[in-house]
Amino acid sequence: MATVVDSSDPKSNYPIQYRELNYLNCSKGWKSWFFTLDHKRIGIMYLMGVTVSFFLGGLFAMLLRTELLSPAKILMGPDTYNQMFTLHGAIMTFLVIIPGVPAAIGNIILPVMLGAKDVAFPRMNLGSFYLWMFGATFFLAALVIGGLDTGWTFYTPYSVRENNASIIAALLGVFVLGFSSIFTGLNFIVTIHTMRPPGMTWFKMPLFLWALYATALIQILATPVLGITGLLLIVENVFRIGIFDPSLGGDPVLFQHFFWFYSHPAVYVMILPAMGVISEVIAVHSRKHIFGYRFIAYSSIAIAIFGFLVWGHHMFVSGQSKVVAVIFSAITFSVSIPSAIKVFNWLTTMYKGSIRFTTAMCYGLSFLFIFAIGGLTGLFLATLATDVHLHDTYFVVAHFHYVMMGSSLMGLFAAVHHWWPKISGKMFSEFWGRIACLGVFLGFNLTFFPQFMLGTRGMPRRYYTYLPEFQELHVLSSMGAYLLGISSALMVATLVYSIYRGKKAPANPWGGASLEWQCSSPPPHNNFDHPPLAGDPYVMESVVYNEEIGGFVPAECQGDNNGSGTAAGEKEV
Amino acid sequence: MQMKLFIPNLLANDEAGFWFPPQGSTVAESVDSVYFFILYVCTFFFVLIVGLMVLFMIKYRHRPGVEAQKTATHNLTLELSWSVIPTLLTIVMFWVGFTSYLDMRTPPSSAYEIDVVAKKWVWAFKYPNGWIESELHVPKGENVTLTMASDDVLHSLWVPAFRTKMDVVPGRYTQLWFNATKAGEYHLMCAEYCGQKHSQMITKVVVHETRGDFDKWLKIASDIHKNKTPVEAGEYFYKTRGCIQCHTLDGIPKNGPSFKGLFGKERKFTDGSSVVADANYIRTSILEPQAKIVNGFRPIMPTFKGQLTDEDITAIIAFIKSQK
Repeated sequence: MATVVDSSDPKSNYPIQYRELNYLNCSKGWKSWFFTLDHKRIGIMYLMGVTVSFFLGGLFAMLLRTELLSPAKILMGPDTYNQMFTLHGAIMTFLVIIPGVPAAIGNIILPVMLGAKDVAFPRMNLGSFYLWMFGATFFLAALVIGGLDTGWTFYTPYSVRENNASIIAALLGVFVLGFSSIFTGLNFIVTIHTMRPPGMTWFKMPLFLWALYATALIQILATPVLGITGLLLIVENVFRIGIFDPSLGGDPVLFQHFFWFYSHPAVYVMILPAMGVISEVIAVHSRKHIFGYRFIAYSSIAIAIFGFLVWGHHMFVSGQSKVVAVIFSAITFSVSIPSAIKVFNWLTTMYKGSIRFTTAMCYGLSFLFIFAIGGLTGLFLATLATDVHLHDTYFVVAHFHYVMMGSSLMGLFAAVHHWWPKISGKMFSEFWGRIACLGVFLGFNLTFFPQFMLGTRGMPRRYYTYLPEFQELHVLSSMGAYLLGISSALMVATLVYSIYRGKKAPANPWGGASLEWQCSSPPPHNNFDHPPLAGDPYVMESVVYNEEIGGFVPAECQGDNNGSGTAAGEKEV
Repeated sequence: MQMKLFIPNLLANDEAGFWFPPQGSTVAESVDSVYFFILYVCTFFFVLIVGLMVLFMIKYRHRPGVEAQKTATHNLTLELSWSVIPTLLTIVMFWVGFTSYLDMRTPPSSAYEIDVVAKKWVWAFKYPNGWIESELHVPKGENVTLTMASDDVLHSLWVPAFRTKMDVVPGRYTQLWFNATKAGEYHLMCAEYCGQKHSQMITKVVVHETRGDFDKWLKIASDIHKNKTPVEAGEYFYKTRGCIQCHTLDGIPKNGPSFKGLFGKERKFTDGSSVVADANYIRTSILEPQAKIVNGFRPIMPTFKGQLTDEDITAIIAFIKSQK
């Protein structure tokens, strides 16, 4: 195999005029990053912010799991424990999973996938990143002030009290982060509507874009409600008006309705983009056309719509009326159907494919396994009779970690590995990538599967101490958490190492047929000089492997090398 | 109940141990039946999905020289079938869950009524004769209705063995009913996060074999001042009414001052005043806990007005006095 000289590397002895310019090396200095309008650089900054938040939230998770090794005190008292699970939940939800795929990966990939030079409103895009930073500092302030122990759900009247600077700081953080999310969503909607290249009709869009579009719809329609709810709670805290606090004449259940009206659709903000990633990853790494394109696309929209109508299933035992509970239960089941359709379509896509177990694909397959469990266990919670027993137990904790952590983050990890060559221009070590993926997969299941049993057997969530019969399962769960933590660190280390020592990536290392694989890795500042012509993004036969380049090239450019069309792209270790 | 007729319910019996605690109420059986029905359906689909995935992973793994085969990119019959079949199954799930839920949530017209007051972090069960106990005692085989209220924040009453749970909401009453089927002791816990000692808000349900046993227990329990000395009675209240959560006997303060050597000592308050802790001071502290706050503590104690009689308070004072 011919070696590819990295002409973009400043250390290479290429004369400056021959050096390949890309978005990473086209300008230098901190100003070129902090005032950049380039969607790719903004996405990179998001990705770094998300990673730091992920490890902070993960560190809290490790400490919590350590405390739960025994019913007795190990590291911390109940007050610290309560604050820590609150921060773990708030950071992971608002700073990691919600911006994870859409704001970080979506920002980098969406315009390139559209063959566009940037998003529709680049300044608004940068603004949304600054808002994210600003919101994150409020969270840090809440952390430093201390005393935020309401749980990430801020249930009233527990969250209405005096001397509560940290609650107000966290709510302001949520408010500001909400705007960041709205800006990103608005940008994506306008970009997808107006900037598709010639040939890309709605049903020729890659499914990742459909998923981001559905996500963006939820972001701009649901997030304002969270902002208003947060403001009302701040007002209640400061002026004691009597909106949510029953001692002032308010209604605490009203808060739950407001909160879940946003926060249930928000779980689809977390999972839909991940589903979009999986549609890309499974098709590309199986070298197959996606099966049932329209059903997958429509199911994203269906999930976004149904997602608005099911918030009451968080409140089956809250004291809401029986009739309301029955209606919400019935509608909730409707959400499970589009998810089932997607899973079966992904499976059928693999049928008769040529499946390469790249790291991205390994995360994709892990997603299928974990999402199957996460989705199916949702049925127990949508069913009224069983939810009454399982509500507020570890069963719920396990279920939403299978969906939110297992599936959403597995989707994010798959996305990062799938597009890493495009983002960084470097190939990472597939060997260490797969080891990390195995560790994440095993660690995750070991952490959360025992929690289903804990839940059915009678372990409520948010418990600092517990009955002695639950200890064995808790110890298992904690061991899994350590494995998960170490493996995630290994994953990041492998990727970071590749920036310095990785081989230069070809434009199309996996054989994708969507537009982002047509520009160089990493893309130039402007992505494309002319809008490219878009065809069906899933005709994998349109690209063939070229051994000289070490990646895939358009079939019509292959010329004499046609005989070497057998891919061996996974050989590098 | 009727679920058992057509669903092979291998595990849903009294000894169902792997997933659930033993069944202790009339609704437990139908809840478990619904659970196992869903579990079987889910297991089937999980095995199907992961089985196919692993099969495809092995059979269609990339091999040099073998390209992916072109297959149909959509198939309406196939796609409709995996939309419609799951839909039908979820309708069945909804229906069995819904009927079982109605049984669980419709209180019978005649029932033994007990009032419940939840507060940070103790339960108070008030029996028809006015006696208040921190444990829930009920007779076997009789409908019992709990009318619940909260003094402070949200709580949730959960008895895993009875498979039933209901939030306790400040500012309104919520209701829960059950019919215990087996004598014995079960855990009763708070399931809605309520702060520092949420995880210690656990007590027990004692199910008495017969109504006679239950009535006998209630009579003896409510005659506490006849059957026990004031110090013993005070100790009983100390342990069962929640004092023990915050007030220690070993001199080390927790959320509240320790009772050791408290009586007769001078107390300094946050407003600058001070008083010697005598019987009247303790009485006021129990009935109006927010009136005077001792230096170094937060105003978090709930009132016990209406929950302790004058005789009970006298017993508690005697008990505190005995903690030298």
